Amino acid sequence: MHKRRLINRHPSRASAVWLAALPFVLVAAAYLIGSDMRLDANPNDKLLPSLNKIGDTIYRLAFTPDKRSGAYLFWIDTGASLLRLGAGMAIATLGGLAIGIAAGLIPYARAALSPFIAVLSMIPPLAVLPILFIVFGLGEGAKVVLIVFGVMPFFMRDMQLWVQSLPGEQLIKAQTLGASSWQVALRVVLPQTMPRLLDSVRLSLGPAWLFLIAAEAIASTEGLGYRIFLVRRYMSMDVILPYVVWITLLAFVMDFILSWISRKAFPWSKLGSA
Amino acid sequence: MTTISIDNLKKEYPGQVVLERVNLELTEKAFCSIVGASGCGKSTFLRILLGQENQTSGRITIDGAPLPVDPGPDRGIVFQRYSVFPHLTATENVAFGLETERAPLLGRLFGTPRKAALDEARAYLSAVGLDHAADQYPAELSGGMQQRLAIAQALVKRPKVLLLDEPFGALDPGIRTDMHDLITKLWDENDMTVFMVTHDLEEGFKLGTRLLVFDKVRIDPDEPGAFGATITYDLPLENKNNNELKDIQNLDRKKKD
Repeated sequence: MHKRRLINRHPSRASAVWLAALPFVLVAAAYLIGSDMRLDANPNDKLLPSLNKIGDTIYRLAFTPDKRSGAYLFWIDTGASLLRLGAGMAIATLGGLAIGIAAGLIPYARAALSPFIAVLSMIPPLAVLPILFIVFGLGEGAKVVLIVFGVMPFFMRDMQLWVQSLPGEQLIKAQTLGASSWQVALRVVLPQTMPRLLDSVRLSLGPAWLFLIAAEAIASTEGLGYRIFLVRRYMSMDVILPYVVWITLLAFVMDFILSWISRKAFPWSKLGSA
Repeated sequence: MTTISIDNLKKEYPGQVVLERVNLELTEKAFCSIVGASGCGKSTFLRILLGQENQTSGRITIDGAPLPVDPGPDRGIVFQRYSVFPHLTATENVAFGLETERAPLLGRLFGTPRKAALDEARAYLSAVGLDHAADQYPAELSGGMQQRLAIAQALVKRPKVLLLDEPFGALDPGIRTDMHDLITKLWDENDMTVFMVTHDLEEGFKLGTRLLVFDKVRIDPDEPGAFGATITYDLPLENKNNNELKDIQNLDRKKKD
């Protein structure tokens, strides 16, 4: 018997797990071998620190108080970054949702907002970062606003397009069932945007982290991005690498939670179209 | 009893007259089947009655009052597709019309009033034969069941006029016959006038008490948009016999030749 064509062959569950693990194992192995070789040649090499060294550093940052400030820097940094990211994403999501629904549902709002949003979304957020620092000072404000500025136009446009793609029949039907414009927005449109909104938040988490770390790198006194850029001066790869892994892990967990909420809270959205 | 009066209705888009000189008087409880070739304005006529579009000139009154400019609860609609809400279960879909009325601010009831509305909704579901699907989402229902749901949803508002826009066009023939029995039964039981647009002449003939045929009578070959369609035949179908259907079909055939 001939084997099936490559595009028609599917891995079993077990082999899929092994295949998924493979790239991770390869990267880890490459790191360990590279690290060993460099440390053999020069025990003071800082570029690829050994796992022991990284473990010691994590222990020092996360579980022993800092000598100067008495704080547990790792958790201070994590808390500060998550707070900024959370505040920025919350404002951007709620603002984008409200404006997007208005622009998608109300023709007058669309006429007034659509071109403005299109232009707004073309401004490179990092280019206006200096303006934000001038206007909002070096405190939390500018960092949160940068995240909002960076991801909110995407939310507004995505929500608007999504609302416009709802079948017009639904909006007419709702009116024949006695719904006012407000009730149509609240009961027909808003709930149907929710699964899509969660997907948009997942897609925006990458850019949001980017803007957060950029803002922290430039002006901050704590935060994950601040720490990475601070220790860069001493080539402390033993700090930078675990911080990068930690940020990746946080982003991954957020994505996982959002996807889980979307599945559990909106079972109808996974059924296909009515 | 609802009386509907349409006087010299005209609908014109830029460079295109769609409907003109449409006159209709309905004083009895009627089931009006609307037939005609594609592009003859029968759907436009329905959209005007619905309030989705407004006429260019002419007068439409329901029980003596001018037709409202927006879609409203006095005129129910069942489209060919997409007229149920995918994010609500069957029962919630039907209760929607009760909630808009009883909860103006949030459009949503809670607690005991919500339970009462859902119970009422279930009575409508069982009237269209959907008891067993009460807690299912529309995407879990077949096409015929979705149309039953859309009808139940409309009936909950007790509309004076029920508008059906090719409601059975996407269904299998066997299911379609079941739906014919259902809609006839519901029309018998409720005091409402039905307008049904269909491209299936036999269906229109079978269900209607009145058959309205839309067609263009005036054609200007140099300027196709100059004249619109109107009601060319307005046949009462109280005492149906198949000769009548044959007559209409012959008319139809003659036109095509």
